[in-house]
Amino acid sequence: MSIITNTNFLIQLLAGIFVGGVSGYLGSLMLSRKMTIVVDPLSHLALPGIALALILQKDVSVGAFLFLFFGTILIWFLEQKTKLPTETIIAILFSTTLASTFLFLSKEEIEEAIFGDISKMGLWEGIITILICFFIFFLIKNIYSKLTLILVSEDLAKSEGINVKKIQFLYLFAIALMVALAVKFVGGLLIAGLVSLPPASARNLTKNLKSYKIFSILIGLSAVFLGIFLAKFYHLPIGSLIILLLFLIFLASLIFKR
Amino acid sequence: METLLTVQNLNISLEGEKIICDLSFEAKRGEIITILGPNGAGKTVLLKTLVGIFPYKGKIEWKKGIKVGYVPQRVPFVKDFPITVGEFFKLKTKDDQEIKKILQFFGFDENFLNKNLGEISSGQYQRVLIAWTLISNPDVLFFDEPTSGVDISSQKSIYQFLEKLKNEKNLTILLVTHDLNVVFKFSDYVICLNKCPICQGKPKEVITQESLSKIYGQEIMFYEHYHQH
Repeated sequence: MSIITNTNFLIQLLAGIFVGGVSGYLGSLMLSRKMTIVVDPLSHLALPGIALALILQKDVSVGAFLFLFFGTILIWFLEQKTKLPTETIIAILFSTTLASTFLFLSKEEIEEAIFGDISKMGLWEGIITILICFFIFFLIKNIYSKLTLILVSEDLAKSEGINVKKIQFLYLFAIALMVALAVKFVGGLLIAGLVSLPPASARNLTKNLKSYKIFSILIGLSAVFLGIFLAKFYHLPIGSLIILLLFLIFLASLIFKR
Repeated sequence: METLLTVQNLNISLEGEKIICDLSFEAKRGEIITILGPNGAGKTVLLKTLVGIFPYKGKIEWKKGIKVGYVPQRVPFVKDFPITVGEFFKLKTKDDQEIKKILQFFGFDENFLNKNLGEISSGQYQRVLIAWTLISNPDVLFFDEPTSGVDISSQKSIYQFLEKLKNEKNLTILLVTHDLNVVFKFSDYVICLNKCPICQGKPKEVITQESLSKIYGQEIMFYEHYHQH
C-alpha cells in the first residue's frame, strides 16, 4: 500500500497518463508515410541530448528537447532544400547521433537513455510534464483539421489557402516536445512505438475519424498507466513494458478488426 | 458577359525550367474553357498557378470578390486513417444543412455521409471532391483531368454534372483534359498548350489536324475522331 501513498509515484502515474494519451493523439496524424519517417530519426536525435543531460546531470527532457529542436529545424530544412532522398538524410543523422551517444555514456546511462526511467521524477517535474502535455494537446487540436486536409491532399489544402509549411512545422514542433517528454517513459529508441502503435490499433477498431482519435488517446494512456504499475512491481524496464503492452493491444485489435 | 479572370503574358518557371510562356486569355462568367496539351505541357502547373500555389511573372487579375474552387488531379484515396464522407466535408464547413444540400445536388442520400472515404468508388470519390469544392459557392471551378482514373460509366456522369453545374449555377469552369470529345461537346473556348500556347479560340475553329499534330508533335490519328462531331 505504501506505493499508493507515495506522492512521487502518484505524480509519475498522472504524468504518464497524460504523456500516453497525448502521444496517441499526436500519433493519430502520423500514419502517412512521410510523417512516420520523421519521428524515428527525431527520437534518435534525442539520444545525444539525453546523453549530454545525463553527463551534466541536467533533466533529460531539456537535453532531448534542445537537440530535437535543432534536429527538427535541420530535417525540415533538409527536406525542403536537399535533393537527397529523405531516407539518406535520416541514415546520416541517425548513425551520427547514435555513434556520438555511445561515446558519451556509461552502461547504466545507456540503459536509461534507451529504455527510459521515471523513478527520479518528482512533483514539479511531473506538473511541468502535465502542463506541457496540455500545451501540445491544444496545439494539435488547433491544427488537426488543417493537417488532416493536408494528409488528404496538399494541393487541396493549398488551394484552400492553408499555409502547408507552417502547419507541418508546428506539427514537427509538437512532435519534438512530445518526444522530449516521452524519453523518460520509454527512452530514446522506443518512442516511435509509443506514437505509432496506439493509432495503428485504433485504426483497426473504427471507420470514422472521431472515434479513431478517441481510441488512439485511450490506448496510449492505458498502456502507459499499466506499464508504470508493472515496472514498479516487477522491477522491469518501463519502456519495454509500455511498448509490449501496446503491441498486445495491437494484436487484440487485429481480432476485432472491422 | 462579365470577365472574371484576365491573364496577360503569363510566364511560369519552376526550379529554373520554363513551364509556361507568354500565355494570355480571359475567362468570362458561365464559360467552359478547356486546356489541351500533351503530358508535361504545363497544364497542371497552369491551374495551380492560377489558384495561387506557384509563383509567376506577368498578370493574373481576378475580378474582385471572386471565389475559386480547385479539384486537383487524381487525389489519392485516403487509406492512412479512417475518415467518413461527412467528416471530410466537416473539414470545409460546420454547416450541416449546406452539406446535405450539396449532397442532394449530386444525388447522394444522407447515409452516404457515414461511408468511409477510402471505400467509395472512384466515380463517387470524384463527385465527392467536386461537391466538397462547391461548398463555398465558388464562381470559378478549376478541374484537372476530372475523369482520369475514373471508370467509363462514371466519366459520362461527371461531364453531365459539369453541364448541370454550368447551367444551374452559371459557373465558369477551367478544365484540363486529353479528351477531344469533351473539348468539342462541352467547351466554349480551348487553349492548346505545349509550354507556349499553340492555338486558342473556339474549338471548332482552332482544332484542326494541323494544330493537333503541332500540339502532340506528330501525325496523330485524331482525324476520324474529330469528324464524328
